[in-house]
Amino acid sequence: MRHTKRAVAAALLTTVAIAMAGCSAGTAGSGSDAAASCEPAGGDVKLTFTSWIPGIEDAVAIWNEANPDIQVEVQTGPSGNAGTYQNFFNQLEAGNAPDLGQIEYDALPNFRVQDGLENLAVCEDIVAAKDQFLPWTWSQASLGTADELYGVPQDQGPMGLFYRSDLFEKNGIPVPTTWDEYKDAAVKIRALGGYITNFSQTDINQFAGFVWQAGGQWFENDGDAWTVDLTSPESTKVADYWQDLIANDLVSTYPAWTDEWNNAYNSGEVWTWNSAVWGANSILSGAPDTAGNWSVALAPQWEAGGESAGNWGGSSVAVFKGTDHLYEAAKFALWLNTSEEALTSLNKTAQIYPATTAGLELPVLKEGVDFYGGQKIYDVFAEAATQVSPDFTWGPTMTQTYADVSDGFKAAASGDGTLLDALTKGQESTISTLEAQSIPVAE
Amino acid sequence: MSAVIDTEAAHGSIGSDVPAGRSRRGAAPAGRRPKERFIPRAGAMLVMGVFTLYFLVPIWWLVVASTKDRADFLGTNPLWFADFAFFDNVAALFAYRDGVYLRWLLNSVLYAGFGALVATLLAAMCGYALAKYRFPGREAIFNVVLGGVLVPATALALPLFLLFSRVQLTDTFWSVFLPSVVSPFGVYLTRVFAEASVPDELLEASRLDGAGEVRTFFTVSIRLMFPALVTVFLFQFVAIWNNFFLPLIMLRSEELFPVTFGLYAWNSSINQFPELRSFVLVGALLSIIPLIVTFLLLQRYWRTGLGTGALK
Repeated sequence: MRHTKRAVAAALLTTVAIAMAGCSAGTAGSGSDAAASCEPAGGDVKLTFTSWIPGIEDAVAIWNEANPDIQVEVQTGPSGNAGTYQNFFNQLEAGNAPDLGQIEYDALPNFRVQDGLENLAVCEDIVAAKDQFLPWTWSQASLGTADELYGVPQDQGPMGLFYRSDLFEKNGIPVPTTWDEYKDAAVKIRALGGYITNFSQTDINQFAGFVWQAGGQWFENDGDAWTVDLTSPESTKVADYWQDLIANDLVSTYPAWTDEWNNAYNSGEVWTWNSAVWGANSILSGAPDTAGNWSVALAPQWEAGGESAGNWGGSSVAVFKGTDHLYEAAKFALWLNTSEEALTSLNKTAQIYPATTAGLELPVLKEGVDFYGGQKIYDVFAEAATQVSPDFTWGPTMTQTYADVSDGFKAAASGDGTLLDALTKGQESTISTLEAQSIPVAE
Repeated sequence: MSAVIDTEAAHGSIGSDVPAGRSRRGAAPAGRRPKERFIPRAGAMLVMGVFTLYFLVPIWWLVVASTKDRADFLGTNPLWFADFAFFDNVAALFAYRDGVYLRWLLNSVLYAGFGALVATLLAAMCGYALAKYRFPGREAIFNVVLGGVLVPATALALPLFLLFSRVQLTDTFWSVFLPSVVSPFGVYLTRVFAEASVPDELLEASRLDGAGEVRTFFTVSIRLMFPALVTVFLFQFVAIWNNFFLPLIMLRSEELFPVTFGLYAWNSSINQFPELRSFVLVGALLSIIPLIVTFLLLQRYWRTGLGTGALK
């Protein structure tokens, strides 16, 4: 499967290159630069909306029923980085992009620098809804700016600690609340023949979540130039911490999302997972034999008594440049991500964890979950969601950054170099990629 | 010899796009060297045995995996059966999202079946014309077509998308179907075959009897070219079936997806939506069945056709 992914990635890269060659060949001025105004069009409007969430049609059907004059047609495809983002860019180039599309937070800056998105902040209704969202999800979609917004936050992935409560209890190990305690527990668990967790060499956005929690920054944009800082003090601290665990064989290094990885959890070899709210479902399906034995706690802190959480994942619904119906598209995006009926439907069909404060109070998110021994795990994540810092910004070339850092992490996991080396290399390659795309970099 | 056939069938069925070179190499020497010694023969059989195993193990894994429910899939030996849940899995797959999988399967059969049929007909006409009529620019046309063999389909996908965008045909049946009916390799093969197997004398006789060129083609020539046409059909059928990049770029509406792309889309979301996993497994297994059936049915012709191409 990894080979196929690689082949697809290579093929996609080729088309990126071709598309860019096409761009530079003189079509740069083709898009209308005038900011679209957010006025209702009048008459019947038909919108297209691309998303890869299975079952999102159910929510859209509710909308279509209630809004005969604004009909939304759902288009679908593979997940963003697996092809849909590239399709968006192709469509923008060809001038037939959908009106709306699902874009993950870490991909928004890429679309922004390519000038592919409408600024939703011109729509009064949207701006008025700001208070309904968790502040940090809003700042993910506004890219940290005060007067711009490039997507309506859809879901989020506040991180917590999934742990095998039965094993911790049986062996008399306290559940760690700080990263220091986490390491102490790791030593004890290793002595029992297990691993406290698995370090994923491929989930760089999980690692970014750790840095996020530590208060670090990878990117900054002052409105003009980008600052790349993969080796900030916080980032270095996190890298050194995990490097230490890897070097002392206190964490396993199975490739994540594989059968052996699932099996390590299913067999009880690995005891915890620092993951996002949607990970609840991954464990449930990946480690079915451990049903009832898991619990969720807030993530371990760097300082005792700290209140900080990272985020892993989450996406927004963006409106593409070239749409004729900004007002209607924005209205739909707002409804989809704030109304109780839509959020309930999305949670039911695809376990979408909403980005609004009211959404976190959905009845279904207040129930105990059997797999977690009846614990009301979403209460924990709702608390974590309020602890995520609003200051974390993604760069415009995350696919490349992820790939390069991941290569370095894989090497580090097999003893070749360190995680910090990987970040240093990722830093250099990211800067050169930005420069190659003529994106200004601040030194 | 039967080992060769098995390998070919297995090979084609897992969707590789290079069966041609392999089978050509496998079939030809066996015919040319009647007096083989024991040791080279055993060596050859061993190599073939190893490769057969190499190709069949993933399929075996897939067969076994698709008979298991979720818990057994992770907890039991991946190469041997546990509780048999195959039909439950299939039923769940067919029921998921109102049977969209069946729709995809049907789409694949339409794209690949009709596409290959039309492609074969066009290639046959073109190859036949290039072989049997003399006209200025004949070699130039043939060379351009040959050049087309060298251009990978993947490289054409994006230009095709931009072209189809111009005429507003993206995300339609035609956006995948039309590019699929072109087969430069088919033109090459049918030209070679027509030269070898359709005697000029026969065409003369047919003309003397008063048959027009079109009638001659459809009643006389096409029958003589039949083995080559089956080969072209199979090649094109497999090529379209496996051409996943074009649908990826062209299609957005789920009801138009071919099965390869649909499964890929599901597979890409497995981390977030783990329940898709068993659907992908069972779906992948079922999706190779039409390919295997086609190969088994047309295998005889396929070998004849390839052999002719190889000898020329």
